[in-house]
Amino acid sequence: MFTRKGSGCVARLDAVEAEVLRDVLNEVMELVAEDLDRADPVVARLFPDFYPRDLETSGELHRYTDDDLKAAKLEQAGAVLGALPRGGGVVRLDEEEAETWLRALTDARLALGMRLDVRDDTNLEAEIDDAVLADPTSPRVQQLSVYAFLTLLQASLVEALAGY
Amino acid sequence: MVRMAAPLTSPVETPDIDEVPATDRPWLTIVHNDPVNLMNYVTWVFQKLFGYSREKAEKLMLDVHHKGRAIVSSGARERMEHDASRLHAYGLWATVDQS
Repeated sequence: MFTRKGSGCVARLDAVEAEVLRDVLNEVMELVAEDLDRADPVVARLFPDFYPRDLETSGELHRYTDDDLKAAKLEQAGAVLGALPRGGGVVRLDEEEAETWLRALTDARLALGMRLDVRDDTNLEAEIDDAVLADPTSPRVQQLSVYAFLTLLQASLVEALAGY
Repeated sequence: MVRMAAPLTSPVETPDIDEVPATDRPWLTIVHNDPVNLMNYVTWVFQKLFGYSREKAEKLMLDVHHKGRAIVSSGARERMEHDASRLHAYGLWATVDQS
């Protein structure tokens, strides 16, 4: 998890954590790089409508803004991927890099959270316990654990950066 | 005032008690609650994008969290669309509406 060290935010990631981050960020990049399928709830969440009751105007704005937003998402995911130590190691981020990581982690958590149907009242630990009881080898156990890890990592990075 | 039973469909338009013409009413950027974004992250984004004090940013974040949405900026329509697109870049669920 991240802590503040001088002017930087520092974390030690083990090999598995680095690999997990690599996988989820690659998935975000694949999703965003394709032609956006607005029927996909993850796409709809990552590229929200400006006017929920006016789809025509929303569509116009999407045509103006989606390319930039796509490019930003690809760039931030790529920046984090490029900074991940192979086999694990220490990550040290300056303020700007920390902000890039926060945006990339948000995209990854939004995508995974939508797929897992995370809700306001979701108790992640209880969900993981239930999923383990049902089938400890299921993809859902793995994905919930990844989501929980991303959540802790992002929370620690906000705290290291903002001080709260 | 006695509350009358209303018909299911009203034959006449409800008179608009708002005296301000629609074109003069300011536009709003609204942030909606979502189950993923973290409370401290949302507070930080409000401070970062709008320069709000921590106190104000936290209050807005709590409004989003408890009431489901909060108005985070208001003004000209194009500026609100710009604010919403900046919020989208940080993964917040933002929309634009007229007050």
